[in-house]
Amino acid sequence: MLRLYATVAAGGFRRHATYRVATAAGVFTNSVFGVVLSYTYIALWDERPHLGGYSMDDALAYVWIGQALLTVCGMMGGGFENELIERIRTGDIAVDLYRPADLQTWWFSADLGRSAYQLLGRGVAPMAVGWLAFRFTLPAGPGSWLAFLVAVTLGSTVGFALWYVVAMSAFWLLDGQGVVQVAWLGGLFFSGMLLPLNVFPGALGEVARALPWASLLQVPADVYLGKYQGWGLAGAYAFQGGWALVLLAAGRAVQAAATRKVVVQGG
Amino acid sequence: MASRIEPFIELENLEKVFTVRRKAAGLLRREKKEVRAVDGISFAVERGEMVGYIGPNGAGKSTTIKMLTGILTPSGGRLRVAGIDPARERTRLAQRIGVVFGQRTTLWWDLPLKDSYRLMHRMYRIPDARFRENLDRCVELLELGELLDVPVRQLSLGQRMRGDIAAALLHDPEVLYLDEPTIGLDVVSKARVREFLSHLNTTQGTTVLLTTHDLTDIEQLCSRVMVIDHGRLMYDGKLTGLHAVGESERLLVVDLERELPPIDVPGARFVRSEGPRQWLAFPATASAAPLVAEVAAAYPLIDLSVREPDIETVIAKMYGGTRDERRESLM
Repeated sequence: MLRLYATVAAGGFRRHATYRVATAAGVFTNSVFGVVLSYTYIALWDERPHLGGYSMDDALAYVWIGQALLTVCGMMGGGFENELIERIRTGDIAVDLYRPADLQTWWFSADLGRSAYQLLGRGVAPMAVGWLAFRFTLPAGPGSWLAFLVAVTLGSTVGFALWYVVAMSAFWLLDGQGVVQVAWLGGLFFSGMLLPLNVFPGALGEVARALPWASLLQVPADVYLGKYQGWGLAGAYAFQGGWALVLLAAGRAVQAAATRKVVVQGG
Repeated sequence: MASRIEPFIELENLEKVFTVRRKAAGLLRREKKEVRAVDGISFAVERGEMVGYIGPNGAGKSTTIKMLTGILTPSGGRLRVAGIDPARERTRLAQRIGVVFGQRTTLWWDLPLKDSYRLMHRMYRIPDARFRENLDRCVELLELGELLDVPVRQLSLGQRMRGDIAAALLHDPEVLYLDEPTIGLDVVSKARVREFLSHLNTTQGTTVLLTTHDLTDIEQLCSRVMVIDHGRLMYDGKLTGLHAVGESERLLVVDLERELPPIDVPGARFVRSEGPRQWLAFPATASAAPLVAEVAAAYPLIDLSVREPDIETVIAKMYGGTRDERRESLM
């Protein structure tokens, strides 16, 4: 079975790799947004040095990590949920359901492949552009890079699990767009895509840092910046892994309920 | 005599009832309505049979197929495929069945065709030698050789359909369900698909159940046809018998040298005329030859052709008077 899902993941990687122009356009967009956000952050950190415990160089690194991970961890959309919702809406999901494979594991594998491609295709380039322009903080060494990569993998898993639950709602709602938009807004705000969650004041900050969206960007960025060491790092991973397990289980429960009542659309 | 063998597919009083909720008068009241998509169907299919499963849109054909594959759970009745209860052991059954939905694809849209086959290889855990052999055979018979490296999204509908049929057969399924396999295909593609299915059935002994709107599919492939309407089995037997039951008619289109009064020959009924062209109806069970001879002998003939009745017309005629009454009794 592992070989099957490895093949699915490889397919997920390659199908996104066929769209080179889209990748180039994505790199360009991420770089432009990165530059715009960088100047915003520079202005902000000039006024309030060490805001959220970040130095100016840390804050700039945070901006570019956000741009690099945008599609990898699915802060503003997982990159697969629209396709899955469309398959549910049109009834094409029937084809997925009769296969001798688990629906969630199938989509998870495909999404892992997609994330891996996005990391290489749309992650590395904007990060390099950003560093050449702003010379932000880099991880201390190869070990920190590796620790960062683990956090990104976990973040990407949480991202998948979140968007999978959202997509499953289409079995009941038929048009999943409303839920997608709510989830999009939630992701934008609570992932720390606009401002680091460290900057959020009081109870709002406490809540935001405890929600699953914190796994997508805030935790990987802090791992990158070396804010977690030793047991602290293990705790950060446990936070991400915990949310991943909870949300994957939730997705599985919703999937089971959906396929029990499933009304596959169309003659 | 066939009853000694355990049937391969067996349905007994199979039912599928959907509950549809819809807004009723008033703001908060919602009324529930039961839709009996499959309403007590029983039939048995022997191993190696090739059966046509037909009926108008919304008759319950696809619902039946979905229950046969195990992705829909029946509301009532009994269902066995190869001795397995599909809904309960869907994954185990999947190893033994192949499914092709004409309007959907199992292929990887953005990737070359051969990538989808590699996926099938892994998914059904097909032994390597077996996979090679089956793929080579499908590639040869379905003429897929030049398409293997082409991304699926660039294939024509006919090519994609052949690709889908190959994908459904690589794991040597004992039964193949085809839901509208020739829908939207041109004449050449249809012929190629039919030829392949017929070859598959005779050489591999694969049991085939196909739904279609195209009567020619049934005529050329199936010795047996089942007609379903409003979730009930209305007919189960040979195609010729269906014509007799349905009192269906074929049309003879006659082009005369000039405009003439309606043709009057025994065994045919004048339908209409348009200039020198006239339409005559005659029973589908009768031979066209004597009729053609009579017309040719008595009238100045330029050309003629025979139109087969389509399945919708046959069925509509078969149950013409009873449809509305039945609908009322369902409410």
